[in-house]
Amino acid sequence: MDKMPKWADVILTPLISLFLAFAISALVILAIGESPWEALKTMVTGAMGSSYGWGFTLYYTTNFIFTGLAVSVAYHASLFNIGGEGQAGLGGLGVAMVCLFIPWPHWTLALLGAMVGAAAFGAAWAYVPAILQAKRGSHIVITTIMFNFIAAALMNWVLVSWLRPVGSMDPASANFPASTHLPKISDFFAAFGIEWGQHTPANVTFLIALLACVAVWALIWRTKLGYEIRAFGRSESAARYAGISPVRITVITMLISGGLAGLMAINNVMGEAERLILNNVEGAGFIGIAVALMGRNHPVGVLLAALLFGFLYQGGGELALWTSIPRELIIVIQALVILFTGALDNMVRMPLERFFTARRLGKRA
Amino acid sequence: MSADKTQQGGPDSAPQSVPSAIQLVGISKAFGPVQANKDINLTVPKGTIHGIIGENGAGKSTLMSILYGFYKPDSGEIRINGTPIQITDSMAAIRAGIGMVFQHFKLVRNFTVLENIILGAEDGPMLRPSLARARTRLRELAEEYELQVDPDETIDELSVGHQQRVEILKALYRQADILILDEPTGVLTPAEADHLFRILNGLRDEGKTIILITHKLREIMEITDNVSVMRRGEMVASVKTAETTPEELAELMVGRKVLLEVDKTPAQPGKPILEVRELRMIDADKVERIRSVSFDIRAGEVVGIAGVSGNGQTQLLEILGGFPEKGAKISGEVLMNGQPLDLTGRKSDAATRRQRGIGHVPEDRQDEGLIMDFAAWENVSFGYHNAPEYSKGIFIDRAAIRADAEGKIQRFDVRPPNPDLAARNFSGGNQQKIVVAREVERNPDLLLIGQPTRGVDIGAIEFIHKRIVELRDAGKAVLLVSVELDEIMSLSDRVLVMFDGMIMGERDPETTTAGELGLLMAGVTDTENTSPAEGITPAHNHPADHPDEPTATPEDRV
Repeated sequence: MDKMPKWADVILTPLISLFLAFAISALVILAIGESPWEALKTMVTGAMGSSYGWGFTLYYTTNFIFTGLAVSVAYHASLFNIGGEGQAGLGGLGVAMVCLFIPWPHWTLALLGAMVGAAAFGAAWAYVPAILQAKRGSHIVITTIMFNFIAAALMNWVLVSWLRPVGSMDPASANFPASTHLPKISDFFAAFGIEWGQHTPANVTFLIALLACVAVWALIWRTKLGYEIRAFGRSESAARYAGISPVRITVITMLISGGLAGLMAINNVMGEAERLILNNVEGAGFIGIAVALMGRNHPVGVLLAALLFGFLYQGGGELALWTSIPRELIIVIQALVILFTGALDNMVRMPLERFFTARRLGKRA
Repeated sequence: MSADKTQQGGPDSAPQSVPSAIQLVGISKAFGPVQANKDINLTVPKGTIHGIIGENGAGKSTLMSILYGFYKPDSGEIRINGTPIQITDSMAAIRAGIGMVFQHFKLVRNFTVLENIILGAEDGPMLRPSLARARTRLRELAEEYELQVDPDETIDELSVGHQQRVEILKALYRQADILILDEPTGVLTPAEADHLFRILNGLRDEGKTIILITHKLREIMEITDNVSVMRRGEMVASVKTAETTPEELAELMVGRKVLLEVDKTPAQPGKPILEVRELRMIDADKVERIRSVSFDIRAGEVVGIAGVSGNGQTQLLEILGGFPEKGAKISGEVLMNGQPLDLTGRKSDAATRRQRGIGHVPEDRQDEGLIMDFAAWENVSFGYHNAPEYSKGIFIDRAAIRADAEGKIQRFDVRPPNPDLAARNFSGGNQQKIVVAREVERNPDLLLIGQPTRGVDIGAIEFIHKRIVELRDAGKAVLLVSVELDEIMSLSDRVLVMFDGMIMGERDPETTTAGELGLLMAGVTDTENTSPAEGITPAHNHPADHPDEPTATPEDRV
C-alpha cells in the first residue's frame, strides 16, 4: 500500500520543496537589503515574460534535458554517472569534427551526422569508466568525475594545438561552415510571419531533446533492454540469477548515458556557438544531476525540472543585469533548489506521508 | 478444537498462585489500513515456556515488537509481573527484564563475544572494567545453563548455533527474566536445536519465562507448556500443549484442515537427466566450498540435499543455475540430458541454463528470484523475458505477459490476485508462489529448488509441495535443497547429505531417521556406531571453530 497518493508524491512534494527553497532565498535577498518581490518579478519577466526570455530559457532547458536524461538512464541501472560534464565536452569535439571536416550539403544531414558524432564521442568517453566498473569494480562515481578533469585537459590540448586556426589567439576552433548552421526557433516563427524570440539561441535541438525524452521513456519501460537495466539496477544478484550479464548491462547503459550527455553538444556547439570553444559545457553536466534528482529519473520529470533550471539560469542572468543583487546569489538560489528538492527531499516527504496516512485513517474512522 | 472453545487470555487452568510474568490486555495495532494486532489478550505464567504460532503475517512479530518497545500499541495494556507499564523503547523493555533473540542476529560481526555482550551495557566510559566483569559473569552463566562460548572469539568465526547462544547470553547479562525467541531453530541442525531446547529447559527451571515464536509444530509440541495461536492479527486460542495435537494447532493456524504429510506414490525413475562428476568449487577467498561432488538425478525423481546451511548447498545450486559467485574457480563435469554443460565462460550463464531446460527456484526469493519493486506481472517473465512469447522485437510484449500473469495468479491462487501489486507487497508465501509458478510452468526437464518453503505459511507449503510432486510425476527431475529435515524426508525419493562441501552419504527417506541424517549433517559418517542420543553436540558449520569440543575432524571423514 502506497503511503500517499501518486499526485502528492510526484507533484506536491517537489512543489513544497521548491517553495521552501524560494522562501529561504527570499530571506537571503532581504538580508542583503534587496526586495525579494522585485527579484522574483525580474526573474519571471526576464525568463518568461517575453519571447526573448523564453528563447534563452528553452535553450538552457535543452542542455539540461540531455544531461538530466543521461544521469537518469544510468541511475536506472544504479550507476551514478556524474561524468556528464566531460561526456558533453567530448560530444562537442565530435560535433566539431563532423561539422569541420565533412562537407555537408544541407543542415538536416549535418544535424544527423553531428548527432552521430556527438553521441559516439560522449559514449566513448563513458566507455572507459564503464569497463573499469564492470570488469575491475572501480567505482563509477570516482572514475567519471576523474574523467571530467581529463576531458577538460584533453579539450584544452585539442583546441590549442590542433583545432585552433593558424594565427588565432583564441583557444577555439574555426567557425563551422554555414551549411551546418541549425535553424533557430525564431526562424520557424519567422517563416509564418511571427516575430518570436529574435536573437535567441533556442534552436531545433529543443525538438530533438523532446524526442529524446520519448525515446528514453520507451527504452526504460517498454524494451527488453530497459527491463534488464531496471532489473540490474534493483538487484544485481537477481539479475545474475535471471541470466542478465552485469558487465553487458553496465557497459551498454553507460554508453547510452554518455551518448545522451554528448548529444547536448548539438545544442550549444552546433546550434549556438557554431564553433567549439573552451569550457563549452559550462556546468550543464552537473546541473543534469540535480535535474535527474528532482525529476525522479522519469523523462517527464526531467523535462519539467530542466525547464525550472532553465528558468533559474536565464532569470538569474537577468537578475544580475537589472538589479544590484550579485550574480553569486543566483548560485545560492540554485543551490537551495538543489538542496531542498534533492538532498532534503525526505524532510518534506515524511511529514506529507504522515499527513496522508492520518487523513486516510481519519476517513475510515 | 472448535471456535467456541477459543479462550481470551491464558489457559484458565493455570495455577492462580503463580503470578503472570506477562499479561497483555486488549492490545491493538494498525499499520495504515492493516490491522496487525486486534484486541490481543495473552497471559504467560512465570516460569513457563509459552509458544506462539501462526502463519506469516498473522501478527506474531508485531506483537513481540510491541512487547520489546519497537512499536507503540494503539490501545491496550502491558503488565509485567502484575504491574502495568509503558514500554516506550527497547531500553525500557530491557529495564522491565525482557530480552529478545531475533531471527536475524543483531551482533557486530567483527567484535568478540565479550565485546558484543557488553555493547550498550557498558559500566562507564572505560571498557576494561566492563569486560572483566562480563568475563566473570559469562563464566557463571555458561556453567549454569550449558551456554559455553569462547568469550574472545569474534562472531564471524562462530557457528550459527554459537552466535545464537551469544544472543541469549546478551539477554541474560542484562538480567532478563523474560526471554523472547523469534524462530530460533530456523538455522540450526537437529542436534543444535536439541541443545537449545536443553538450554531453554534449564532457564525455565531457574524460573525464567520464555516465549517461543515459531511455525514448527513439532517444536511447540516438544518444548512448550502452553501455546497460543494467532491468525490474521487475532489470538484465536490459548491452550495447554499437553491437551492439544499438531493437527488441531495446524487447523487453528490456517483456519481449515491441512495435510501435514506429502501425499505421493513411489518414484518411477527413468533415464539420468543430470549427471554431476567430481564437481569442485573454490571461492574468491580460496576456500574450497564444493569438494569433488558426484551424483545423478533421474527423470521422475526428487533428490533431496539435506544439510545445515553454509555447507556448499547454496554454491551447488548457484553453479547448476548458472550464477556462481564472482571469482570462483569451478572444475569437474556436469551433463544435462547427456550433453555437457559449460561451467565457465560465456555459455555458463543462467540464460543458457534455462535454454537447456533447467528451471530454478532460488533459495533467496527476495534477493534473487524476484525484483521486489517490480509488479507481479513483470516478475512473471523474469529470466524468460527474451522468450518469443514474452517479446515483440526489442520490446516487451506487455499484453502477453500480463495475460500470462493473470493465469498464473489464478492457477497458483496468489493472493491478493492483483498483477499490478509490487512483489514486496505480497506475503512470503505468495511471493514464493509467483516464483514457483514461473519456474514450474516452463515445464523444465530439471527443476532446482532451494528452501522452497522458507518463511512460507502452512497453507502455501502444502500447495508448493503438491506442485513439486506433480512435476516429478510428469517425468521431470527435481533437485531439492532444504534445511528443513521434515521437508527433505517427506518430499525426496533419495536423500543426499552435504557437510563441508562434500556429500557424506545417500539415504532412503523411507528407512532413515532424522537422527541418522542429523549425524551425517554434523559430519559423522559412521552412523551405525554413534547414537544420535549421545549426540554430536554442538555441531558446527566449520569443525575448526572449536577443536576442544567433540566433532568430526577432517581425518575422521572418509
